[in-house]
Amino acid sequence: MDPAATGWPARLHVVTGKGGTGKTSVAAALALALASGGRRTLLIEVEGRQGIAQLFGTDPLPYEERHLADAPDGGEVRALAVDAEEALLEYLDMFYRLGAAGRALRKFGAIDFATTIAPGLRDVLLTGKAKEATTRTVDQRRVYDAVVLDAPPTGRIGRFLNVTAETARLAKVGPIKTQSEGVAALLRSPITAVHVVTLLEEMPVQETVDAVADLTSFGFPVGRIIVNGTRPPLPTGRVVSAAELRRGLLAAGLPADREIVAGLHSEAHDQIIRRELEDSLRADLVELGLPMIELPLLPDGVDRAGLSALAEALRGAD
Amino acid sequence: MCCGSGGVGKTTTAAALALRAAERHGRRTVVLTIDPARRLAQSLGLTELDNTPRQVKGIDVEESGGELHAMMLDMKRTFDDVVLQHTDPAKAAEIFANPFYQAMSSTFAGTQEYMAMEKLGQLHARGEWDLIVVDTPPSRSALDFLDAPARLSRFLDGRMLRMLLAPARSGGRSMFSLVTASFGMFSKVVQKVLGAQLLTDLSGFVAALDSMFGGFRQRAEQTYRILQARETAFLLVAAPEPDAVREAAYFAGRLREERMPLAGLVLNRVHRPTVPLDAATSREAADRLAELGGHEGAADVLRAHSALARQAVREQQVAARFTEAFPQVPTVSVTAQPADVHDVDGLRTIGAAISRS
Repeated sequence: MDPAATGWPARLHVVTGKGGTGKTSVAAALALALASGGRRTLLIEVEGRQGIAQLFGTDPLPYEERHLADAPDGGEVRALAVDAEEALLEYLDMFYRLGAAGRALRKFGAIDFATTIAPGLRDVLLTGKAKEATTRTVDQRRVYDAVVLDAPPTGRIGRFLNVTAETARLAKVGPIKTQSEGVAALLRSPITAVHVVTLLEEMPVQETVDAVADLTSFGFPVGRIIVNGTRPPLPTGRVVSAAELRRGLLAAGLPADREIVAGLHSEAHDQIIRRELEDSLRADLVELGLPMIELPLLPDGVDRAGLSALAEALRGAD
Repeated sequence: MCCGSGGVGKTTTAAALALRAAERHGRRTVVLTIDPARRLAQSLGLTELDNTPRQVKGIDVEESGGELHAMMLDMKRTFDDVVLQHTDPAKAAEIFANPFYQAMSSTFAGTQEYMAMEKLGQLHARGEWDLIVVDTPPSRSALDFLDAPARLSRFLDGRMLRMLLAPARSGGRSMFSLVTASFGMFSKVVQKVLGAQLLTDLSGFVAALDSMFGGFRQRAEQTYRILQARETAFLLVAAPEPDAVREAAYFAGRLREERMPLAGLVLNRVHRPTVPLDAATSREAADRLAELGGHEGAADVLRAHSALARQAVREQQVAARFTEAFPQVPTVSVTAQPADVHDVDGLRTIGAAISRS
């Protein structure tokens, strides 16, 4: 299927979100979803957390594109943990044919030094790798139908993507500057979409609103708001009376002493309060005017079956 | 020291502990927060980022005689202060103007951690607090917090910087005149890739910072010793999610290695059913009521309870991964609040839950 005809028209999907919102799981599920039907996607990790390996229960990922999972109907997800140092060496090698000299540079601590002193340089290497994978072709065919980047959290995403501004402060001329300009152009084009993962909780929603404002002001195309861990709506949306509840418990053949009735009643009451808060947070997100998709809370956590369920939900997005 | 991965309620836990220490135990307390939620910051009176502790008004300390002060860390200003302390105003101005300093003081991975440690050192040195509560930065990994200060001082003291310094020391002749041929090759590559302007700026930055190296390292070591002291307690904060619990377990292992005192684990947002009715039973009962008809409200309540009971079981399994690995570490669970905590009353509830065990 042509990706442009789906709900996910971009080719480089940058997934961000506040810590604890399930950003990595959503990124992995999206890579699975976009690989279905015989396509191939690349899932990239940039923070050295090995979150993808933990999620899929595999050995730590090397700086190498590896088969990660099969997608439905013959698709494939590959994974790559980008390491800034390795990316710099690869980059130098590509342009300057360093060979052994590159290894000497590392021994000197030069690579660590270069990526430490200039955090913008680090980021341009990481995003540069994502750009390279997105645009790579072999025999005039694209190697990856889509690339999904498990990006830094909302608090750092603007700065991470805004590579030109960061490196321009330091590198006024030279190939790093050229490289960062190329990355910046791709990140601001329709090829890219930045998706923000959130929960229906106050802090994540606030950070989502802030991040969307940041990203928009920097000119990055924001894709979807992905609301993770949502629960089905309560059918009746009101708490029954204690007497009604007691009758119900008896009808179902359950104990219905005062303690049980009171306990269940207070649980239901808390639920309603929580739901009301969630509804108002949802309204804040709707106000952003961006396409939104809700993913269900997985009662048994994010295992392989859970990831497939999330991928299914993402694939169904219109 | 409240530590843990992002999004687990670290700031709330730190604020709740500090409030309780002031209200209940009469202690003169300061809480150092890094990036509090807007409404929580407001309720603590933290309306501006001014890098000094402000007394929190409107709390109940009449009886106890305690005080609560709160501050938000201003990373750049703390860095500026360190520079000013270690060097003369003219040189400081030169450092502030350098683009590398500007990049490093605001974006260097680890600067926030280092500056939080620096601020802790300052608060501790003044000796005017009964209790200092530190909310650690929302790092990529909780471990960064322990590693960043050492990494920064190692970096500032490193071989590369020494090499870059050599020309500046020798009177600023050729940039790399005093180093070896292989390094000459390196400089050529660096000049090619990064541009000569960058090297000039970098060299200037390094030369200007040179006078401060000793100071940086010494301070990092001092703070490290504070962290190992008996009067320090680390508190791990986690939510009953696999990632957060794994992070807490890593951290507990590290603290043991570093001989840093771990006081316990606070498990936030734990779901606990109030009724001993398991998930399957209440689900089946709900289905039975749906078949019978006429009990929709009660069926809803049972379904909600079933989901809650199932979640509670899963959370217990996740939490067990920590308690089985660290059976000697006390663990306290804080029940999930129906609404988010952002006022003093909410903090009191959390504080009471942490202290009850």
